[in-house]
Amino acid sequence: MTEIFVPKVPMQTARVGRVASESGKVKTIELDTRLVCEPGQFLMVWVPGVGERPMSIANNDPLTISIANVGSVSSELHRLKPGSLLSFRGPLGNGFKVQDGWKRILVVGGGYGVAPLYFLAKMATSNDVETLAVVGARTAKDIIYEDKLYLVTAETFVTTDDGSKGAKGSVMVEAERLLADRKRRPAAVFACGPERMMLAIARLCLKHEIPCQISLERHMKCGLGLCGSCDLGGRSVCRDGPVFDALEALSIKEFGESRRDASGARKSI
Amino acid sequence: MILFIMVEMEIRTVNMPLDISRTLFGKRMKNPLILASGVLGVTRAGLERVAESGAGALTTKSLSLEPRKGHEGPIIIETECGLLNAVGYSNPGIGDGIAEFSGWKRDEPLIISIAGKDEKEFAHLAARLEQSKKTLNCAAVEIALSCPHTPGFGLMAGQADPKTAGKITAAVRDETKLPVIAKLSPSVPGEVEAARLAEKAGASAINMGNSLGPGMRIDINRGKPLLGFRMGGLSGPAIKPITVRCVYDIYDAVDIPVIGTGGVNSGQDAIEMLMAGASLVGVGSAVYFRGPDAFMKIEGEMRSWMKERGYKRVDELVGVAHD
Repeated sequence: MTEIFVPKVPMQTARVGRVASESGKVKTIELDTRLVCEPGQFLMVWVPGVGERPMSIANNDPLTISIANVGSVSSELHRLKPGSLLSFRGPLGNGFKVQDGWKRILVVGGGYGVAPLYFLAKMATSNDVETLAVVGARTAKDIIYEDKLYLVTAETFVTTDDGSKGAKGSVMVEAERLLADRKRRPAAVFACGPERMMLAIARLCLKHEIPCQISLERHMKCGLGLCGSCDLGGRSVCRDGPVFDALEALSIKEFGESRRDASGARKSI
Repeated sequence: MILFIMVEMEIRTVNMPLDISRTLFGKRMKNPLILASGVLGVTRAGLERVAESGAGALTTKSLSLEPRKGHEGPIIIETECGLLNAVGYSNPGIGDGIAEFSGWKRDEPLIISIAGKDEKEFAHLAARLEQSKKTLNCAAVEIALSCPHTPGFGLMAGQADPKTAGKITAAVRDETKLPVIAKLSPSVPGEVEAARLAEKAGASAINMGNSLGPGMRIDINRGKPLLGFRMGGLSGPAIKPITVRCVYDIYDAVDIPVIGTGGVNSGQDAIEMLMAGASLVGVGSAVYFRGPDAFMKIEGEMRSWMKERGYKRVDELVGVAHD
């Protein structure tokens, strides 16, 4: 029988507590509230009259999001000041799952994908799971959350494409070095970043026989698993993801290859 | 010996298994439940997954002539009694849509939904489907006349008005030999007349139901309408009594089959819709309320309800509420 229905993810509104610039393009907004949620879950953030976009959760207490200024909604969010109102629905989707008995984990982040991994590292470390991090970006100024990561990880390694900070090259080189290092070999790898990087990490972990969870991105609209916009091989990324087991992701033809635009048309990645 | 055989036959009839399969224009459906247009119908893989999770037939998201991005978000929000949506017909357009859904191989029949701005566009869309119907392997075309929240389409273009609904149905009928389902609206008066005129114009079935509205929700913390398009269509439990009444009235007025779509969340809801006169039942928002395996749950509830009461066939339920 159908029971009287109470909204599961109502629109919530909180005040902005603090705003910090991470890099030229990225701002971090802390709200004056906390949220019961898992690292890897996301919010649908609403700017009335403009639109709604999925944003990963960078911290639960205080509830924090990091926003790259890339479009109409994010540019409005960049204008928010302490005391401004911010509205969101969530938490939505499935987060990263750290299994009992995993004593050491590795998080690998590319670009803006680092934000949810900070939240994961914080939670894992507070649960006595030794956490290593490899984070990469194009150049030194695009690296976000580096200082915060040092506080919540045993070791953090930075890479940049141009060598302007940390090791020159891709996060993959550093990640592979850690997987091959007997003393540092993690029980599992957690990754968030550009899809080609997710594909490379998934394959790397398969090769090294290490469990791996990756966070994927698609064009999310409803966030409720209904509209089908964020389709990935028949799955709804907003409801079945955004975190997928790497083996499941590798079984999906579209993974690393194609995505849907706002109309649903297929586009190459 | 003869007596023995007779006794055996008697037992067989009593033990005749419950069969809830149906047919849709000659194609077998494992149950009477159709995935309604607009939910998870963007990709073929998405529809295949819904079929695996129990739907008897699948309807694509409506395809229009040109690609459409749809409305800004929020596009779907919860209410205390259902969902309010204003998706705005996002779709890749008829060309990409046909390519997407071509080669349907599953046993569950596929229904292609089309949305045009006027008879000409509908006719053109129908002609495109007619050209590709072999590769599409679809069972029917559904003409969306009833979307309550997209300028230029559906209610906002007066398409659910009886005369217009009839004209559009005739225009589609002229262009395709596929069975044509006219999808009508519970939101405007004249739905019974619209069903009659659609039947007269050659519709093969009526799908009575769409989201109801337009309605609106206002976020009181921000003092603004919640949906990106400000208003949208209500679906879910709140609208079931209206859909049931519309189906009841249309069942009396037409001879073609009626599909009842709107507010079905459980097996009991589906049975209510059948009793009102629906031959088949559309399911949409239940995918949210009941989860991705909503169809299996609804089918299971139908089966146990029917079993407890000794029903063997869905036909025994269709229209029983009528005198």
